[in-house]
Amino acid sequence: MSTIQLPIYLDYSATTPVDERVAEKMAGFMTRSGCFGNPASRSHSFGWTAEKAVETAREQVASLVGADPREIIWTSGATEADNLAIKGAAHFYQKKGRHIVTLKTEHKAVLDPCRQLEREGFEVTYLDPEPSGLLDLNKLEAALREDTILVSIMHVNNEIGVIQDLEAIGNLTRARGIVFHVDAAQSAGKIPLNLSALPVDLASFSAHKIYGPKGVGALYVSRKPRVRLEAQMHGGGHERGLRSGTLATHQIVGMGEAFRIAGEEMDAEAARVLELRDRLWNGLDAMEEVYLNGDLEHRVAGNLNVSFNFVEGESLIMALKDIAVSSGSACTSSSLEPSYVLRALGRDDELAHSSIRFSIGRYTTAEEIDYTVELVKAAVNKLRELSPLWEMYQEGIDLKSVEWVAH
Amino acid sequence: MAYSDKVLDHYENPRNVGAMDKNDTAVGTGMVGAPACGDVMKLQIKVNDAGVIEDAKFKTYGCGSAIASSSLLTEWVKGKTLEEAGAIKNTQIAEELALPPVKIHCSVLAEDAIKAAIDDFRKKGGKTPDAAQESA
Repeated sequence: MSTIQLPIYLDYSATTPVDERVAEKMAGFMTRSGCFGNPASRSHSFGWTAEKAVETAREQVASLVGADPREIIWTSGATEADNLAIKGAAHFYQKKGRHIVTLKTEHKAVLDPCRQLEREGFEVTYLDPEPSGLLDLNKLEAALREDTILVSIMHVNNEIGVIQDLEAIGNLTRARGIVFHVDAAQSAGKIPLNLSALPVDLASFSAHKIYGPKGVGALYVSRKPRVRLEAQMHGGGHERGLRSGTLATHQIVGMGEAFRIAGEEMDAEAARVLELRDRLWNGLDAMEEVYLNGDLEHRVAGNLNVSFNFVEGESLIMALKDIAVSSGSACTSSSLEPSYVLRALGRDDELAHSSIRFSIGRYTTAEEIDYTVELVKAAVNKLRELSPLWEMYQEGIDLKSVEWVAH
Repeated sequence: MAYSDKVLDHYENPRNVGAMDKNDTAVGTGMVGAPACGDVMKLQIKVNDAGVIEDAKFKTYGCGSAIASSSLLTEWVKGKTLEEAGAIKNTQIAEELALPPVKIHCSVLAEDAIKAAIDDFRKKGGKTPDAAQESA
């Protein structure tokens, strides 16, 4: 146990460390001893070598997700890719209709562009997921209309890790000529994704969720069928006019290398991470009044989202200062609302306030998981001794029957 | 979020955690907050014949600042008269613990809790448990 370094990082869904192999590669694209040229410079070798590096990276990203390199547009991250996809498609196709369908558990980078489109006069339907976090296809089908132009559903949820059925969703949209956008920031490199075989039109990717650098991402824009977008960033006409701005060669090379490594190591890594996730869940599930948030079967290997009833999330995180995790409790932010994702699943506010997201990744070890289980057990027991709700639960009082003095 | 040393101290070593018999007429119980809001405080005081708080216990479901606010309050009210305890203001708690603005509501909740406990004690009228049973 002495090999464990504290704090233990279990927040891989928030971001990942850059893989050393990626960092090393990136370092060759910045200084004058390396390849620092502008990939858009057509008149000299500095530009040509930079352009070659960018195109190699484009092939690497395309290869991992089963796309043609010409279908990959560089962006500053998944948030920009989501914005470009949603606002770009909505603006381009608005003559066909002004209705959009999405899910309440989408990332803010999808929900907020939708809100913006509402302000512009578009109509957005926000579907409720099932209590498992999965989308009921019948509900989606019922929500589609003559004037629906865009459906945006994420592949893997960032908080609860559930995996949506892209093929089934895409079959519904494609039959109706509706553009289907997928936020794949949490899935690329973690589960297989073959866009050439899927009825998906647009897909957003991030580098830093998969051991690449922050500040770079990509948008997949399908060529067959051809999907059109209105650019959101105007300037030098880079990326075939869809996203102007000098390409960040070192970032792009880093993303390419990260995606290349993911392609080679994904299968083995996912199996190893899944084993660790099961080890963690088995350890935690041995406690009383512990609830898993989100479907266990249709779930990415690295995610475990658990509610510890009668214990408040932020105080739990304080007790868990030796591990780095996220809380669904509102107190960590300045609002008093608990996680909107957990609420959309129909979880009680109490359970939403009591939730912790553990996310496991490339550098997590079995020793770290065992240490985490013991730490969490001790912390939950300590806080339950302090909790009036736990006391009432043990006395057999139904907390729902109590008239609380809300504040 | 960075916590002050005092919040951390009360959180790591909470004072006067526990429960007293809420049917004892010498005990006043105040429970405030709601699970849905992310904090519930239960504060209990034991009052002697002279109207002085002899003992105080708490249990809190909530963030570290909520736990620290209630822990600190139990320390402060011991040995005080009901009037003195009822005059404690949330701003004093917030100042002592150096609570940031988003955590001020924790100190408000602690002030509400002591007021509720005092009210509960007064409503009981200070009768002994035996006397209460006889009159029932």
